Amino acid sequence: MKHVPGAMFGATLGTAVGKAVGSREAPVAGALVVVLVVTSVVNPRFLSDQGRFDLMVAIAITGLMAIGQTFVLVMRHVDLSVGSVLGLSAFISASAVKGQPDGSLLTVLILGLAVGLAAGLVNGLLVAALGLPALVVTLGTLYVFQGVQALLTGGTRINADQLPTSVVRFGVSGGLGIPWLMWVCLAAALVGAVFLRTRRTGRDLYAVGSNPPAARLVGIPVVRRTLLAYAVSGAAAGLAGVLFLARFGGVDSNAGLGYELPVVAACVVGGVNILGGSGTVAGALLGAMLLKTMGVSLSALSVPEFWQQAINGLLLIIAITADRFVFLHRARIAREEAIRLRRAIRLAAERELEVSR
Amino acid sequence: MTPLVDVRDVAKAFGGVHALRDASLTLFAGEIHALLGENGAGKSTLLKALAGVHRTDAGEIDIDGAPFEQGSTRRSLEQGVAVIYQEPSLFPDLSLAENVFIGRQPVTGRGSVDWAAMRRNAKALFTQLGVDLDPDRRAQGLSIADQQIVEIAKALSTSARVIVMDEPTAALSAAEAGRLLDVARRLRDGGAAVVFVSHRLDEVFSLCDRLTVMRDGSTVASALVADTTPSQVVRWMVGRELTDLFPKLETTPGDVVLRVEGLTSHGVFDDISFEVHAGEIVALAGLVGSGRSEVVRAIFGIDRYDDGRVEVLGKPLPPADPRAALARGVALVPEDRRQQGLFMPASIVRNTSMVVLGGLSRFGIVGRGRERSVAAEWAQRLRLRHGGLDEPVERLSGGNQQKVVLSKWLATNPRLLVVDEPTRGIDVATKAEVHRLLSEQAGKGLAVLMISSELPEVLGMADCVLVMREGRLTATLTRSEATQERVMLAATGQVSVA
Repeated sequence: MKHVPGAMFGATLGTAVGKAVGSREAPVAGALVVVLVVTSVVNPRFLSDQGRFDLMVAIAITGLMAIGQTFVLVMRHVDLSVGSVLGLSAFISASAVKGQPDGSLLTVLILGLAVGLAAGLVNGLLVAALGLPALVVTLGTLYVFQGVQALLTGGTRINADQLPTSVVRFGVSGGLGIPWLMWVCLAAALVGAVFLRTRRTGRDLYAVGSNPPAARLVGIPVVRRTLLAYAVSGAAAGLAGVLFLARFGGVDSNAGLGYELPVVAACVVGGVNILGGSGTVAGALLGAMLLKTMGVSLSALSVPEFWQQAINGLLLIIAITADRFVFLHRARIAREEAIRLRRAIRLAAERELEVSR
Repeated sequence: MTPLVDVRDVAKAFGGVHALRDASLTLFAGEIHALLGENGAGKSTLLKALAGVHRTDAGEIDIDGAPFEQGSTRRSLEQGVAVIYQEPSLFPDLSLAENVFIGRQPVTGRGSVDWAAMRRNAKALFTQLGVDLDPDRRAQGLSIADQQIVEIAKALSTSARVIVMDEPTAALSAAEAGRLLDVARRLRDGGAAVVFVSHRLDEVFSLCDRLTVMRDGSTVASALVADTTPSQVVRWMVGRELTDLFPKLETTPGDVVLRVEGLTSHGVFDDISFEVHAGEIVALAGLVGSGRSEVVRAIFGIDRYDDGRVEVLGKPLPPADPRAALARGVALVPEDRRQQGLFMPASIVRNTSMVVLGGLSRFGIVGRGRERSVAAEWAQRLRLRHGGLDEPVERLSGGNQQKVVLSKWLATNPRLLVVDEPTRGIDVATKAEVHRLLSEQAGKGLAVLMISSELPEVLGMADCVLVMREGRLTATLTRSEATQERVMLAATGQVSVA
C-alpha cells in the first residue's frame, strides 16, 4: 500500500509522474496555476511585465525565509525571529555602505548573511544547548532583535539615495525575465533541496524531527544538527534582509515587522509538517508562491483587504485539515491492515494445529 | 575460548539508588544468552551500559579482550553492539530503508545519499530475515513485530556481533514471536552473540543456550540452560525471604462490591472474571504488558471494552463512563502520578480537594475553609511530610506525592479503590505507610483492587491474588495458596510447580 494519496491513480501514469502527481506539493502547485489563470483572465494587467516582476520580487523575500524555516520546522522546532532578523540585517548591512554611491553589493550580501548567521546561532544555542522550547526562545529573540535594531537605528531610516547604486539596481533588474532577487531565492531553494534530500546531515534533520529520542539513540548529534538548522534559518533571513533593502531601496525600524507568521504559514501550506519529520523546500517555496500570489491576485480582483487576510487564513486551515485527513486515512488503513494480518496469522496457526493433530 | 563480551562487577547508581551493584555477564560468539530477573533487577540498566546510553560507575567491560569504550551510542554500534529495545524506536516519517541506514546511508562518489543502493540493501536484509517488507514504505503504522524486524535489520547492517533484544516477544502474537525466534537462531548460527531478555521461561528454555539471572542489581547465577530447570530459575529470580513489612489486618469479607464477568477487549484482554468484596484487598499480579492496567482502565470506564459486564454493588456500571464510575464510588489511582494523578505545580490543598469540589461548594463557589480542612485532615491521617499545605506537590518526595493522590481519592469516600502500582519508586519507609493505610481502609470496609509488580507486596497485602498473563487470568489464588513460585510461574507461563 502506497502512503501518498493519489498514488494508485498515479501508478497508471508511470512511477515518476505518479510520484509527482501523488506528492504533497502537487495540489499546491495546482492551486497556484488555477489562481494565476483565473486572475489573468479576469484582469489581464495582473500578469503584465511589471505585474510579474513585482509578484516575483514579493515571493522572493518570503520564499527565501520559508526555505530557511523548513530546516527548523522539520526538526520539530520553529523560528519566529526571522522578521526581526531581516530588519536587523537590512539595517546593519545598509549602515556599512551608507553614503557610498559606489559601495559594493557583495559587502552588503556578506554582511547580511553574517548578521543572520549570528542571530541564528543565538537561537540555536538557546534551543539546542539549553533545551529551551523553540516557540518561546524565538518569540523572545523576536523582541530582542527588534530592540537591538531600534537601538541602532534610533528611529532614523536609510533611504535609496544613501545606498550604493549597485544595491538599488540589484532590486529592480533581473536576467532572463526573472528578477535577481528571485534568482537568489531559486538558488537557495536548489541548494536547500539538494542538501535536505541527498546529504546524510540533511536526512538527520528529518530523523530528529520524526522521533527525537530515537535520533539520540542512533547517535545523531542532535545539538549540532539543531544549531545547523537555526544557522540556516538565520542566514536565510539575513539574506532576505538584503533583498528587502534592494527591493524597497531603504530600511526603517519597521522592516520585517510581522513577517514571521506568513513565513510559517507558507511552509505549512506547502506541506511542511509543523510537528516535524516531513516537508520539502520545494513545498515551502510553492506555499510562499501560492500565498503571495493569492494576496496580489485578490487585490487585482479588487477584493477588500479584510477578505484577503481571511482567505489566506482559510487557506492555511484547509492545508492542515487536508494533511490531518490524509494522516487519519493512512492510520486507518494501517490499522485495518494490521487486523487483517493478525487474523491471517491466527488462522494459519490454527490450521497448522489441526494438521498436526 | 575468550568471551566476546566480558562484563565484570559493574556498578551504577542514579542519585542514591543503586541500579547495579556487581553485575557480571559473559557472552560468547554463537550463543543465545538469556538475561533474566524481576522488574527492577537491573537488566535494563546493564543493557543500556552496553548500548552506550549509560556509563557505569565501577567495574570493567571488555569486548574481544580489549576494553569497551562506554558512554556513546554511536561508539557502541561501531564496536559491534546493537541493542533492540522493547519499544522499537523508529522514525515514523522516514522510509523503512532509511530507518535501517539512518546516519550510515550508502553514498555515491559525490557524497549524496544513494537511494537505489539503500533500497536494494534494505530489501536484501529483509529477505535475509525472511520477511516481505516494502523498503519504500514509511514506518508509520508498522506493527510492533515488523518494527522489531526493521530494528534487527538495522543491527545486521552495522555488522553487529552482539545483538541485544530487550523483551522482544512481550508485545507479539505467538506466530510473530515464532518468526522472531527463528531470526534469533539464524543470527546465532551466523556467529553473533544474541542476548535475549524475556519473562517467558518456556521461550528461554526452548531457545537459549545459557542464562544469567539478576536480582537487585547483582548477578546471582549464570548457567547452561541444559543444566537447570524453570523452577530453579524462578527461585534465583525471587530469592529473597518475605518480611512482615506489609501487615494486612485480617478482615472478614463483606458484600460483593465489584463483580467483573467475561470482560473482553479484543487483542488486549480476554474473558476476565473476578469479584472484590468489601474489606478485601485483591491483587492483580502479572508481568508488565500482561494487560492488568488495561483491565482496570476498562472497569473504570477510561477505555471501551467489547464484551462482558461490570457490576458495582450489584448494579451494572455503564461502559466507557468514568463519571458514572466516580458517582458509584469507584476511585482509580493511576500508575503514572506525574502524568495522570496530580497537578504538579498546584498546592497540596488544591490537589486533595480537586475531585470533591462539588461537595465543598455552595452556589457554585468553592469554600476555601472547607477545602483546607479536608486537606488538613487527610494530610494528618496519611502522615504526610510537607512544608505547609500550600506547598506545590512537585516539591514533595515521590512517596508523599503518592499519599496526596491517595488522599485526593479517599476524600471522596469511595466504596472501591483501584490502585495501579501504589508503591512504585517510593522508599521503603513510605511504602510501609502506604501499605498500612490501604490495610486500614480495607479494615473499615473499603474494597481494594491493587495492581502490583512487586511480589512481596502482592503476597504481603492481598487476600486474593489474581495472576494475568498475555491478557488472560491464569491463576486465582487465596492468601494461603499464593507463594512466590506459584505467582511467578503463572505469570511466566510455566504451569507446573516443580
